[in-house]
Amino acid sequence: MSAIRLIDLTLGYDRHPAVHHLSGEIAAGSLTAIVGPNGAGKSTLLKGIAGALSPLDGDIALARGRRLAYLPQQAELDRSFPIHVYDLVAMGLWNCAGIFGRIGGGAAATIEAAIAAVGLAGFERRPIGALSGGQMQRALFARLLLQDADIILLDEPFTAIDARTTADLLALVQRWHGESRTVVAVLHDIETVRRAFPQTLLLARESVAWGATADVLTPANLLKARRMVEAFDSHAAPCERDAA
Amino acid sequence: MCAGASWTILRDAASRLLRMWAEKAEKKKPMLYDLFIGPFAEFDFMRRALVGVVALSVSGGAIGVFLMLRRMSLTGDAMAHAILPGAAIGYLVAGFSLPAMTLGGLAAGFAVALAAGAVARVTVIKEDASLAAFYLISLALGVTIVSLRGSAVDLFHVLFGNVLALDDDVLILLSGVATLSLMTLAALYRPLVMECVDPGFLRSVSRSGGLVHLTFLGLVVLNLVAGFHALGTLLAVGLMMLPAAAARFWTADITRLILLASGFGMVAGYAGLVLSYSAGSNLPAGPAIILAAGALYLGSLLLGTQGGLARRLLPRRHLRA
Repeated sequence: MSAIRLIDLTLGYDRHPAVHHLSGEIAAGSLTAIVGPNGAGKSTLLKGIAGALSPLDGDIALARGRRLAYLPQQAELDRSFPIHVYDLVAMGLWNCAGIFGRIGGGAAATIEAAIAAVGLAGFERRPIGALSGGQMQRALFARLLLQDADIILLDEPFTAIDARTTADLLALVQRWHGESRTVVAVLHDIETVRRAFPQTLLLARESVAWGATADVLTPANLLKARRMVEAFDSHAAPCERDAA
Repeated sequence: MCAGASWTILRDAASRLLRMWAEKAEKKKPMLYDLFIGPFAEFDFMRRALVGVVALSVSGGAIGVFLMLRRMSLTGDAMAHAILPGAAIGYLVAGFSLPAMTLGGLAAGFAVALAAGAVARVTVIKEDASLAAFYLISLALGVTIVSLRGSAVDLFHVLFGNVLALDDDVLILLSGVATLSLMTLAALYRPLVMECVDPGFLRSVSRSGGLVHLTFLGLVVLNLVAGFHALGTLLAVGLMMLPAAAARFWTADITRLILLASGFGMVAGYAGLVLSYSAGSNLPAGPAIILAAGALYLGSLLLGTQGGLARRLLPRRHLRA
């Protein structure tokens, strides 16, 4: 069963495609890495799946009733806002608490458990402005934990993060995979992908290869992806390919 | 009706309390009494001014804190100017009529807020530039409209308010706005904070972000129009922003920020009235209140425990870990 189905999908900005005629399925419970050069449309694809960007053409079909969580590459997070780590993480409970729902005793234990699970125990009362980059990412993962989503989208979650934090957060990703959640992550470190991600989509605006990681990440495919022209052609004619 | 009745009860209770307090104080220290309590015990208009300023501070403090945290301080200022032409048209039609000027001000405030947002969304102009454009137009237009019919005194009244001439209707409006604002803020508190900290996240879990933002802008306009009646269009925003900015130098906790900002507003209101009273006719009350708030701000800037200047100039030794 597929969790996410892409149907001849074109996403882009100002009519210029960043993801061009992409079709395929991400199976429920799969752990997929999206790799590709800069400007290949990886973040754009995640934004599209998360619903933050509407398709120029084609469609994205999500499995019904699935909860989706999305960690963008650069969260629009205002780190100068006077709020504690605990409250930031507690936002993950929005789906069950909403505007008025009480965040009571049981929830408090859940929040503390999530903070402990990402290795931030003792940081509950720190203002978010005092966190390092890695600690911030841990806090955002704790919030993801509480969101309890079926589909989790991570955009470059380990960029500018040290090895130990990466290992800890990667363990959480594996745990989600073990719980049959669907995880899709944009990554740059090919070694991490080979080691931890069974499925890979190699993207260069269009799909270069998509499938089992070992079959996708071949030298020939990587070379092909690298040849992609990054800049938009400002004189490009309208695309003639039919949308399905 | 109900509001009127409870208002009367409240007012009677307050004046009884003041009188009791006054009698006690009179026996002890006549000097201090004359300065700090006498004016309010003696004159109805001073009591009214105090009640009005307290009502404005209650909601203005909270609104100001959110404006500050959302980096919208200047937006508040711009919107305060934007209500002028509406209030001026109300004045043109009906003279100094509370409903006409209130409705006009609200309409103009909402129109400019929405127009500035729309221009920012559909054109290359960013929201700050668009707001600046609209408020300059509004200010010029408003002053022109008032001058069409009124005298320089009327213009002065519109621009700087007349906090010493608050009648029952205005006081009911001010306390009504304060009540409504506090209740709305309490209801929207969670999504409002989330929208400030991480708008992207709120968008990903809920569609309420846009509505929350609009409601908040509505509260800003409402409070500015209320403030306009007491402090005028140029100073109305003063009781919002100065206490909030001052509070930021003392605490980094949002709940305390709101409480402290409201408290600062009340202190500034009281101090400004006392100051203006003892200075006689030389110091108009509205500006005196804002000056008192300004003094609180400067004092906090200097002495505040959260990044105040004194802490910076006299750094303490860093900790071991």
